[in-house]
Amino acid sequence: MKKLLKRSIVATAIAAVSMTMMTTAVQAESSLTVVSWGGSYSKSQMRAYHEPWTAKTGTKILHEDKSGTGLAGIRSQVEANNVSWDLVDMLEGNAMIACDEGLIEEINYDEILAPAPDGTPASKDFLGGLNGCFIPQIYYATLFAYNDEMFKGEKPSTIADIFDLEKFPGKRSLEKIPAGNLEWALMADGVAAKDIYDVLSTEEGVTRAFKKLDTIKDSVIWWEAGAQPPQLLSDKEVSIASGYNGRFFGAQVNEKQPFTIIWDGQLAEIDGWVVPKGKLTPELKKYIKFITDTQRLADQSKYISYGPARKSSASLVDKHADTGVDMKPHMPTSPANFTNPIIKNAEWWANNNDDMSERFNAWLSK
Amino acid sequence: MANTYSKVGEMTTNDGVPLKISLQRSQRKLKLWAFLLVAPLLIFITISFILPVVSMTMRGVENPQVANILPNVVDALYVWDGVDLPDEAAYEALVIDLTAGRKNKNIGKVASRLNYERSGMRRVISGSSRKAAKLKEGPYKEQMIKINKAWGDVTTWSLIKRESGAFTYSYLVAAVDYKITDQGDIVAKSEEKQIYKSLFGRTLMMSFTITIICILLAYPIAYLLATLPMAKSNLLMILVLLPFWTSLLVRTTTWIVLLQSNGVLNDILVWMNIIDDSGRLQMIYNQTGTIIAMTHILLPFMVLPLYSVMKTIPPSYMRAALSLGANPVVSYVRVYIPMTVTGIGAGSLLVFILSIGYYITPALVGGQSGVLISNMIAYHMQNSLNWGLAGALGFILLVIVMIFYAIFNKVIGIDKMKMG
Repeated sequence: MKKLLKRSIVATAIAAVSMTMMTTAVQAESSLTVVSWGGSYSKSQMRAYHEPWTAKTGTKILHEDKSGTGLAGIRSQVEANNVSWDLVDMLEGNAMIACDEGLIEEINYDEILAPAPDGTPASKDFLGGLNGCFIPQIYYATLFAYNDEMFKGEKPSTIADIFDLEKFPGKRSLEKIPAGNLEWALMADGVAAKDIYDVLSTEEGVTRAFKKLDTIKDSVIWWEAGAQPPQLLSDKEVSIASGYNGRFFGAQVNEKQPFTIIWDGQLAEIDGWVVPKGKLTPELKKYIKFITDTQRLADQSKYISYGPARKSSASLVDKHADTGVDMKPHMPTSPANFTNPIIKNAEWWANNNDDMSERFNAWLSK
Repeated sequence: MANTYSKVGEMTTNDGVPLKISLQRSQRKLKLWAFLLVAPLLIFITISFILPVVSMTMRGVENPQVANILPNVVDALYVWDGVDLPDEAAYEALVIDLTAGRKNKNIGKVASRLNYERSGMRRVISGSSRKAAKLKEGPYKEQMIKINKAWGDVTTWSLIKRESGAFTYSYLVAAVDYKITDQGDIVAKSEEKQIYKSLFGRTLMMSFTITIICILLAYPIAYLLATLPMAKSNLLMILVLLPFWTSLLVRTTTWIVLLQSNGVLNDILVWMNIIDDSGRLQMIYNQTGTIIAMTHILLPFMVLPLYSVMKTIPPSYMRAALSLGANPVVSYVRVYIPMTVTGIGAGSLLVFILSIGYYITPALVGGQSGVLISNMIAYHMQNSLNWGLAGALGFILLVIVMIFYAIFNKVIGIDKMKMG
């Protein structure tokens, strides 16, 4: 009986292996699996990067909207030695952790990335964040927007206004993570943008931030997916919501929603690409070179209002592809919008996220 | 005949093999067949259920990072007294391990691991490993302390020594809101960081509430199903089963549409002037929403076992009780209900255990006060990536379920239950 069992196990194993080999063989022929955030953001990538590449080479791009759990996904795939993702869109902070853990490939920037049109090497052309594994793609901002129809008289314009429930009534929607909310709470409490992380590094600073959040806690609806805040605003479930500037722009321009963005206290952050361990093939290298060149990064800003992460792309930012709206005033990095930004400290969050999340979750459940 | 009796008293078959052995042989074949028939199921359950449960539970106590990635440091600290800073040998081992960890790209694992125990350790480890690779020659003690003053702190070293074993209980300790201090004592976490104990309590409380509501709602339905004429009861049965066959997500989002503050129910109440426009009721994204949606989703699990038990109760029993002089209420309470206890038990067990581990519905409609412990486990699996803590929480949940199963078994008796 043991023999029979053994034989059947071997047979099953052989069948399973040959099946996976068959599927990988089929995939390897002409497709790349790219993981991103979904919604209008993925659409902008499809139109600016993927479709031109497929037209040029015939390589199919398979899209997965899994970036929300990207780090967990890469970790489990690398640990199981079965990596199915070729390229993953990820935040700088998570990329730092993945890089330290050896889950993603190290990138030789000047070899892999195309130089700027004037010949400036890539490593000098990108706006920060070249930390070894991470290829910056866009500058985006998490910030507040409100529904015009909810405020008849005076409109909110600063971070302090968001915490002022008497002057500006209505529910708020915030993301269900500590990052961002703690910074804004301190800013509303009078801390200058440049001092925020110094204050947060002290126990009293964290307590102060949570105390400030306490003042609006009962009026908050927490969101978890980027598509929720514009929805909540247009449903008038909340009057002010935090969210990604590109999503609010999409609702303003594509759906003609009466939203206004509050640029004060925008939390600026870089998002980009990482390559899971073992996936840096010559084919993928060519693809990366294509989608991160100056023109392609500028092209993406035709579809969504995120700032390209290359200096040389800035002058190429043009009009919105479908509506003809000039994109420059909608970029988080344009001077009129960049007056009082909080530059998100990815390293601080890499170190303190465990601790802050623990406290944040406990605070939420009380 | 002589062939079949080789020895007195022992039966054999025609070819002289003792009957007992021959019987065993033929039965062995049958047993083998039977086993082969269930083998796919057995393999499936082992691979898809038992192995994952065991491996997740193991994650709750496994602690390979420090021992595997900092092996030289662990060796050097073996004889360390833990009072003063360790000597030069430990610092040299540290430089060797950090450099190797940087090269093998696994230093981040140990950095993450130690960061769970103390915030800031991620930067201490990964920052030092970047700089340690550039150190040329010893003595290293001074240089390492210069790189990061944490290396001049005895508690950093005692933390590494404490977590150098192959197993740790720190996840289990954290899963019940305790922590291990620098001195190695186990103390309760500060008030503002306590969460899991109250979440376990809330999960049990809400599961209990949902079970009770399910019993109250399902009992009359099941009674109707069992006593109505066939045609009507079939129609009723379809009404019970229809939501059961509908996708869980559809049912949950339907409740959102109905209950949200600009939803159908609130609109009707405002329209009927029962509440005014500013006083709309908050019925979703809180505990109420979770209880309503989960009760609806789990109701068939209570109706079906109750129905199957009630169906077997002959109507003549009730008639007998009535004819013996009991009034309808007494006969119902003293004759009918006791006979349905096994159905109530089976239904309660199903509903209770299912709701203890419920995950998707509370995540969608729970808001902040309606989430359950399983949402926290999912959070640690997908977001915080602290799989050790997720494993420990899952293990505790499993133990709680086992305890309740044992209690049910003791009180009602699993063997008497009818699952439908």
